[in-house]
Amino acid sequence: MANIQDKIAKQFPEATFEEGEILLVNIPDAKWHDLAKFLKEDADLHFDHLITIVGMDWVDKFGCVYQLNSTKYNTQISVKVATEERENPMIHSVSDIWKIATTFEREVYDFFGIIFINNPDMRRLFLSIDWKGYPLRKDYDMSPENNPVPTENERQEDVTYSYVEDENGNVEKKTIAIFQPEDYVVNIGPQHPATHGVLRFRTAVDGETIKKIDFYSGYIHRGIEKLCEGLTYPQTLHFMDRMDYFSGHHYHHALCIAYEKALGIEISRRAQVIRVLMDELARIASHCLFLGTYCMDLGATTMLFYTLRVREQILDIMERTCGARMTFNYGCIGGVMQDLHEDFVKDVKELLAVLPKNIKEYNELFIGNVIAKGRLENIGNLTREDAISYGVTGPSGRASGWACDVRKTHPYSIYGELDFEEVVYTEGDSMARTKLRIAEMEQSAKIIEQLIDNIPDGEYCVKVPKVIKLPAGRWFQLVEGCRGAFGVYIESDGGASPVRLKLAPPCLPLANVVDHITQGYKIADLITIGGSLDYIVPDIDR
Amino acid sequence: MPYEAWKDNEYIEKLVDELRANGTNVIVGSFDKLINWGRSNSIWPLTFATSCCGIEFVSLGAARYDMARFGWEVARSSPRQADFMMVAGTIVHRMAPVMRRLYDQLAEPKYVIACGGCAISGGPFRKSYHVVKGIDEIVPVDVYLPGCPPRPEAMIYSIMQLSRKMKVEKFFGGVNRKEKIADFLAAHPEESLNY
Repeated sequence: MANIQDKIAKQFPEATFEEGEILLVNIPDAKWHDLAKFLKEDADLHFDHLITIVGMDWVDKFGCVYQLNSTKYNTQISVKVATEERENPMIHSVSDIWKIATTFEREVYDFFGIIFINNPDMRRLFLSIDWKGYPLRKDYDMSPENNPVPTENERQEDVTYSYVEDENGNVEKKTIAIFQPEDYVVNIGPQHPATHGVLRFRTAVDGETIKKIDFYSGYIHRGIEKLCEGLTYPQTLHFMDRMDYFSGHHYHHALCIAYEKALGIEISRRAQVIRVLMDELARIASHCLFLGTYCMDLGATTMLFYTLRVREQILDIMERTCGARMTFNYGCIGGVMQDLHEDFVKDVKELLAVLPKNIKEYNELFIGNVIAKGRLENIGNLTREDAISYGVTGPSGRASGWACDVRKTHPYSIYGELDFEEVVYTEGDSMARTKLRIAEMEQSAKIIEQLIDNIPDGEYCVKVPKVIKLPAGRWFQLVEGCRGAFGVYIESDGGASPVRLKLAPPCLPLANVVDHITQGYKIADLITIGGSLDYIVPDIDR
Repeated sequence: MPYEAWKDNEYIEKLVDELRANGTNVIVGSFDKLINWGRSNSIWPLTFATSCCGIEFVSLGAARYDMARFGWEVARSSPRQADFMMVAGTIVHRMAPVMRRLYDQLAEPKYVIACGGCAISGGPFRKSYHVVKGIDEIVPVDVYLPGCPPRPEAMIYSIMQLSRKMKVEKFFGGVNRKEKIADFLAAHPEESLNY
């Protein structure tokens, strides 16, 4: 940590540092682009993965906190860039350094109205063109009259804007057409069974070949981040089940770890083991459902019945302990909500007994199938460099050869002491992404096997204060969800609710990369490629 | 399911009284019965899911809950072929006009089930700046199904309620729910939607 700081200080004397769990660099906007380039390209730093951009409104100024990760050294760093201008805040874009930044910056623009100079696509991401105000600003007018429920169809624009800076530092607004005049544009979604929710792709095609996809989101944007600012810390946990509803346990886990870190609470070993067990059970259930719905996208409905059989068995186990089938709300600050059901160990052992047989069946039925091979192999290839630059984590990133499993790279809870393999494939096609998930189910089963006979005694939840107030500061926590790395960023001023709670979902980069990897493939491949990335739309939109 | 096992018989009694207020024609009434028997046993849903509730709807279609037992398994992707839409999940501002258009595209007679807390009132997201506080602001709702998300059993119950409602309806003349929909649509005019 110290030598990173020295290195940056030597190159950028104007940078100031804030020590913390993750080193934070303050940099003026004028030097930010240079620093970003340096952080990425310097061989000893190698921060090539942009995890998220957290837009911030500190009332006296606007700004962004960039969370960076080095895939080579597994170190993290935060960079803070602020602007005091409130009327027309501008920050330099880093979209040419990390490709995913284009979309992250659009999100910040949508929520805070911060304009990113030189970003090629400065449109709103989730809200409509005619939306009044920027909702995550602290002075935003929440009254429904300000933005009533629309009765008319949304106004559409086929152009985007870019704010380009010339040599003299003058910023000029330019209009850029999204599609070429000769393009034939097909609209897919938002109501389409293969988009796995309400997502829309405006697809420019040449015959059957895809030329460009404009990904259009926000059909299930529920404003969770803004809602959290008005709630107490334990209340914010409830939304975690409703984003990626298969990774509810993982998301609870992330937020709980972040809160416990902030409060300095040490949770019992029993609670840690229970959390990990639940995470891994949920991972198996999620990958099962992925396989079932994916095959349904391909026209093979039968597979759904086989995979949901295992999923129902897992849901039964969870229901007995957590009391619900989907929105478990099981993790809480200090441990878990209630103790394991008395039959838990027996039920899990029954599941482990039938799982290998089922996985074998899935492999025989689907992976070995000649139609599946024909439709998935060598389709939608994603290289390792692109996976990192586009921030594609989780099974989709690992299928491209990027070992990005947070359980291995930044071990949390008890993952550091468990024996399991990180499955990594190098093909990067749809087939690799599918096979990897099946292989991950086996690894999850391996983790459960190690723990199920060794659940230690102890309390499942330690005593925590009735009113939870985080000390002033900032915390960031990554966990491995079912679809990739999920991050939470909390900033607190010492009050009973967060000043800013940023949720960095894995699915936004996944949906964003669709344009890149479908180019040149047939329109029917869009369904298989999109399915193999396995994004969950409420997770994209939050 | 026996009559006594239903939770809200007063409601259906009231509906029957309302419909039968002017008496029932022997011949036309028998036709009504026949048609309603057929209709209520093959209700085709529109695949329309925005979030969590949609996954429970998938579970409903799989072997364990097996909605094919009741004749509901033919989930259509096109609204023109569906009988009812189960609004499974939160409806937000951007989605609201889209949902209304899907409703307008459903073939008559059409029904709506508001599935889950979000569709009924906005649920946990009620205070949000971008969430519709109940879909009954946009479309007329036939059955409200609470839960977050409702269990598949509850979904079965709600569709059975809908089927019960269909069974007592008058197909030929008389008071029917078409007029109620007409009232609703007059209050929420279609002309304001520019397609």
